[in-house]
Amino acid sequence: MSHERDPKRDGLAVARRRFLSAVAASGAAAGLTGLVRPAQAANPDNLPPNEPEWARVLGPGVDDRGYGLPSIYEKHVKRRWVPWLTASSESTVNFTPLQDLHGFVTPNGVCFERHHSGRAEIDPEDHRLIIHGLVDKPLMFTVEDLKRMPSESHFYFCECAANSGMEWRNAQLNGVQFTHGMVHCVHWTGVPLRVLFEQTGLKPNAKWVLAEGADGAAMTRSIPMEKALDDCLVAYAQNGEALRPEQGYPIRLVVPGFEANMWVKWLRRLEVGDQAWYHREETSKYTDLLPSGKAYIFSWVMEAKSVITFPCPEKPLNGPGYYSVRGLAWSGRGRITRVDVSFDGGRNWQTAKLQDPVYPKCLTRFEIPWRWNGERALLVSRAIDETGYVQPTMYELQKVRGVESVYHNNGQQVWEVKPSGEVENVRLRYVNA
Amino acid sequence: MSVCATSMRKLFAGCALLVLAQAAPAAAEDLGLGVVPTPEQIAGWDKDIRPDGVGLPDGSGTAEEGEPLYLEKCAYCHGDFGEGVGRWPVLAGGFDTLSEQWPEGRPEKTVGSYWPYSSTLFDYIWRAMPFPEPKSLTPDEVYAISAYILYLNDLVEYDQRLDKTNFAQIEMPNRDGFIMDPRPDVPIPEKPCMKDCPVDTTVIGRAGQVEGATPGEDVQPAGIEMYLGE
Repeated sequence: MSHERDPKRDGLAVARRRFLSAVAASGAAAGLTGLVRPAQAANPDNLPPNEPEWARVLGPGVDDRGYGLPSIYEKHVKRRWVPWLTASSESTVNFTPLQDLHGFVTPNGVCFERHHSGRAEIDPEDHRLIIHGLVDKPLMFTVEDLKRMPSESHFYFCECAANSGMEWRNAQLNGVQFTHGMVHCVHWTGVPLRVLFEQTGLKPNAKWVLAEGADGAAMTRSIPMEKALDDCLVAYAQNGEALRPEQGYPIRLVVPGFEANMWVKWLRRLEVGDQAWYHREETSKYTDLLPSGKAYIFSWVMEAKSVITFPCPEKPLNGPGYYSVRGLAWSGRGRITRVDVSFDGGRNWQTAKLQDPVYPKCLTRFEIPWRWNGERALLVSRAIDETGYVQPTMYELQKVRGVESVYHNNGQQVWEVKPSGEVENVRLRYVNA
Repeated sequence: MSVCATSMRKLFAGCALLVLAQAAPAAAEDLGLGVVPTPEQIAGWDKDIRPDGVGLPDGSGTAEEGEPLYLEKCAYCHGDFGEGVGRWPVLAGGFDTLSEQWPEGRPEKTVGSYWPYSSTLFDYIWRAMPFPEPKSLTPDEVYAISAYILYLNDLVEYDQRLDKTNFAQIEMPNRDGFIMDPRPDVPIPEKPCMKDCPVDTTVIGRAGQVEGATPGEDVQPAGIEMYLGE
């Protein structure tokens, strides 16, 4: 049997070649923007006592932009990806620029993307949601049907199970965007699954729901009925506007507190069954391999986690003095109740202030004042949630899970602040001395 | 729902719990939205397969029939022998590697070494592969390509014919390799230490020294493996 292939054999081969060359091109586009922007010198002509240039002209009118865009001076605030991490740009992830965000809401345009077969662009007129299986009456809905139903709106974080997955073995990526940027938090609006299942009715043995996406990857996950009826939504809006295509337009599943892979985008089908399906994404992927060779399966909940977003490798300090140290904390089990911050690598801790509001299964902003004396410091944060769970050190986590489990790394992040003000992602030994 | 009538729910708390856990409230108002899909509409999308084989379509295939199909439609990413090209998934081998840990070794999670059910292989190829042309394969082609991948893992014979009667019966080596999520699995301190905590804060790793890892430097990382998956 010859393994030679004739590339001119048919049209499919052409399509495949085009696909492969696109892969090659994306691999070549590795160089991305520098992380630390050099301080820009101000133009003295625009500073007091002079009248700046924008004070002496007529600006564009209200007909200039039907849909607003960020200032041209905020172009560095964008999603970035790590080209070497995966085989292609269609089945990979990019990262939320946490270092440039404020409060706890993620703007729609910079919510991290994780696709398995590229971004689907769907005409909502041509989209349907079918609910079938162990129901009294299967139903098929249009997007307009869903929008006519009783709705709910909630803030929830959405975190990929592989967030911080590259940091299991050691400190590897020097930026909070890359170590923690597979998370976002928006205000979701949609129909509770409970309402949809009230319409279809459920058979007594209805224990599981299979959610399927309409994209090429036909993403599927098995979701326990208990969770489906508790707080899951079929969402059609984020932060007050329609979902973005990269977030599943026209509809996606919202599974609060659980790993983002279950939040099936471009949702087209919900099948009710009496057992789990054990599909690819819940067996070969999204299972947590341990040093014993066994793996956790159905590890859905995202445990409490936190990270300091200022300072961070992308946002160094500018000389000694006063700084408001800030970060984000979240837990898939409920509310964050406390965040402690250490400036000496975890020897001594102070409790940070949590900014209102503090919602369950939602990013929570914390802040603590710091007067930096210009000496080397090791900044760490530690989240505690309403169940009493305490975010572990990497050492404690690795002791149980080893370094090959890829998913669910919620270990404490350490930033080293150098006398120069630069910040580096470092790993501490942390064995109890 | 029929298990617990509304009146019974008031009498038996346990029954009420069962209702909450398993079924939606009974007396919901019919909103009159949506339509009942036809059996053909459901069947057109309901193509998923379960571990017990439910959902497997008619048709059949052998590894022998699958080999040329695999070489044409799969090998450009997965390699002629399932060894994987570049960072595309490895499909074969990796047996006895699951307990290996960096830096001494690394686990190789393949169809043969890791996947607990053969049904998952059929389901995934059937609904999502080949990567640039998903949902383009016929049932016979999926049986044949699946058989070839199982053959690369020494799990079926080259001429063994697979169909819906025997596909789900194939015993996968890692069938018992999974544990239901036991988290929280890391010991939780009752009162987290706040002062003079006994920890060794020696720096043992620096991301700034991992050459080429962080975007912005146009270099492939040297000597480190940080495979996220695909």
